[in-house]
Amino acid sequence: MKIVVTVKLVPDTTADKRIDPATKRLVRTGETVLNPFDEYAIEAALQLKEKLGAETTVTVVTMAPERGKEVVRKALAMGADDALMLSDPGCEGSDVMGTAYALAGAIAKNGFDLVVCGTQSTDAITGELPGALAEFLGVPGLTYGRKFEIDGTTLRAERETDSGFLKVTTGLPAVVSVTKSINEPRYPSFKGIMAAKTKPTTTLSLADLGIEASAVGLGAAATVVVDSAERPARGEHAVVKDEGDGGKRIADFLVSRKLL
Amino acid sequence: MSDVLVLVDHLDGDVGKPTLEMLTLAGRLGSPVAVVIGGDSAATAIVEKLGQYGATAVLTVDADQLGSSLVAPVVSLLASVVASRAPIAVLISSTTEGKEIAGRLAVRLDAGVLTDAVDVALDGSAVVVEQSVFGGSTIVHARATRGVPIITVRPNSVTPAAAPATPEVAQVPVPPVEGRQATVVETTVDEGGGRPGLSEASVVVAGGRGVGAAENFALIEQLADSLSAAVGASRAATDAGWYPHAAQVGQTGVTVAPQLYIACGISGAIQHRAGMQTSKTIVAINKDAEAPIFELADFGVVGDLHTVVPQLIAEIAKRKGS
Ligand SMILES: Cc1cc2nc3c(=O)[nH]c(=O)nc-3n(C[C@H](O)[C@H](O)[C@H](O)COP(=O)(O)OP(=O)(O)OC[C@H]3O[C@@H](n4cnc5c(N)ncnc54)[C@H](O)[C@@H]3O)c2cc1C
Ligand SMILES: Nc1ncnc2c1ncn2[C@@H]1O[C@H](COP(=O)(O)O)[C@@H](O)[C@H]1O
Repeated sequence: MKIVVTVKLVPDTTADKRIDPATKRLVRTGETVLNPFDEYAIEAALQLKEKLGAETTVTVVTMAPERGKEVVRKALAMGADDALMLSDPGCEGSDVMGTAYALAGAIAKNGFDLVVCGTQSTDAITGELPGALAEFLGVPGLTYGRKFEIDGTTLRAERETDSGFLKVTTGLPAVVSVTKSINEPRYPSFKGIMAAKTKPTTTLSLADLGIEASAVGLGAAATVVVDSAERPARGEHAVVKDEGDGGKRIADFLVSRKLL
Repeated sequence: MSDVLVLVDHLDGDVGKPTLEMLTLAGRLGSPVAVVIGGDSAATAIVEKLGQYGATAVLTVDADQLGSSLVAPVVSLLASVVASRAPIAVLISSTTEGKEIAGRLAVRLDAGVLTDAVDVALDGSAVVVEQSVFGGSTIVHARATRGVPIITVRPNSVTPAAAPATPEVAQVPVPPVEGRQATVVETTVDEGGGRPGLSEASVVVAGGRGVGAAENFALIEQLADSLSAAVGASRAATDAGWYPHAAQVGQTGVTVAPQLYIACGISGAIQHRAGMQTSKTIVAINKDAEAPIFELADFGVVGDLHTVVPQLIAEIAKRKGS
């Protein structure tokens, strides 16, 4: 079975994210880490591989500039077999639609039985990519999944909802995304880190995928930022020491704000 | 006036507050048209409410006919309604499922998708949205460059305003769903004790490492229930196994922007703040006066949550009783 995991390069979680006033785009220079949500996706794929046996392969795919190699290397060190990197200046400025379209091209070219995504990325926080990817690939989408079981070409899972969960099944090939409750991602072992150095990473351009430059990137984005500003600082605030009346004072405050 | 579609969230004949907020926003752009999935009987019970908040039309869909496929039928349905009514925008609640519906619909329609809008306006004939991005540190105005803008609206962004209308009610046909789909075989409703969903609750009470133990989360739940709130947690608390992962608020958890957020025993690390700092009012209880959460709090109490919270619960009960 061919499993593909989508991984994304994102800014460190402590980084100050901002929009460049000239280009109106996220300043991406501080991007250094593997999207934390994708670690669960990699772990889920590796656990499936462990269960399904050696004919199963785990390929990671990312659309990122050259420095995306960092996150690819981490995924390989965790245990993925190989990697595809779509690196092309034409991808710059893609919105979720362009990204999904281009990734779908790379994944289709590679071939797949199962695509595993993180639920969302810590920079965009849209969580829209997995569904969009399913649309472009023309296969079922099963998002917010946990407790995976594969039986032949059927995948059974639980899907988390705001009010509980659903038991869901899907035929393969399919696109799934996983929540944090699915597993505890492993740390790369020393052996894994060494092995990652010799694992194959294929770099692809848009031309390699037969994707027209006009289909992705800033020019193809279906949305545009008109302007941006930093949120004004929060207004006045009061901090009081509890003198045995802390709870009562909070209640007074809530009443003053008409919240009680 | 042009139609603005609003996908209605409802449960047991009750319309969710996020839907009323979306109707209010839709009214700023054109004529709100509510799409209700859930059969005739459910719709009749809520048509009146939707009308009170400005729906000029209510389109009902028989949920049974949509079948048990996941998400895809709703996408097909909305795509067909967009084709027949040519709205100037589609508004969907910014919940996890709402965002997925929006993204898939955008692909189907080759249209722009704008996520987590906190406001909408017309600029000439263009729909412009205000979004809160990067964990609330930046405010952005954006618009779609092609297709009908698909907008997900963050709950609690506006106050629902009554705007009485008498909606025409029509049943819309269910389009066939093409291709293979994931299928729901069973639905389990939570453990959560009937509390509102975290991302749409108007009040969130959250506990952190300061809560001290899994069993002490009962106190956080008690405070939450006294305010009809959802329960959130810091990652320190969820990683410790004191509360489910799904309750984690922050950059690697859920983003919330309720009317009121009460942080109990949470230090306010940057990753936590990214998920809650746009809350309208923030209250913090922490025994360390230097905790960064106090920089955000509208009202903070430096004290032990194990004494402050029980007193707060008692005070709320007292004031609600009077
Ligand atoms: C990649 C990454 C992603 C992360 N994502 C998230 C995220 O999404 N959400 C998140 O929350 N964190 C996240 N974190 C973790 C974050 O950095 C903090 O470690 C975490 O938020 C701390 O949780 P806390 O405030 O509960 O615990 P602490 O920082 O330990 O704070 C506990 C607080 O409780 C107070 N306290 C203790 N006892 C009492 C008492 N009896 N009464 C009152 N106050 C008391 C203490 O004074 C202290 O301020 C992430 C970290 C990383 C590296
Ligand atoms: N540029 C990208 N390259 C590879 N995977 C991506 C990319 N962007 C998003 N993803 C995947 O899509 C998931 C959801 O991201 P998003 O929809 O951007 O919040 C992430 O967890 C990744 O698995």
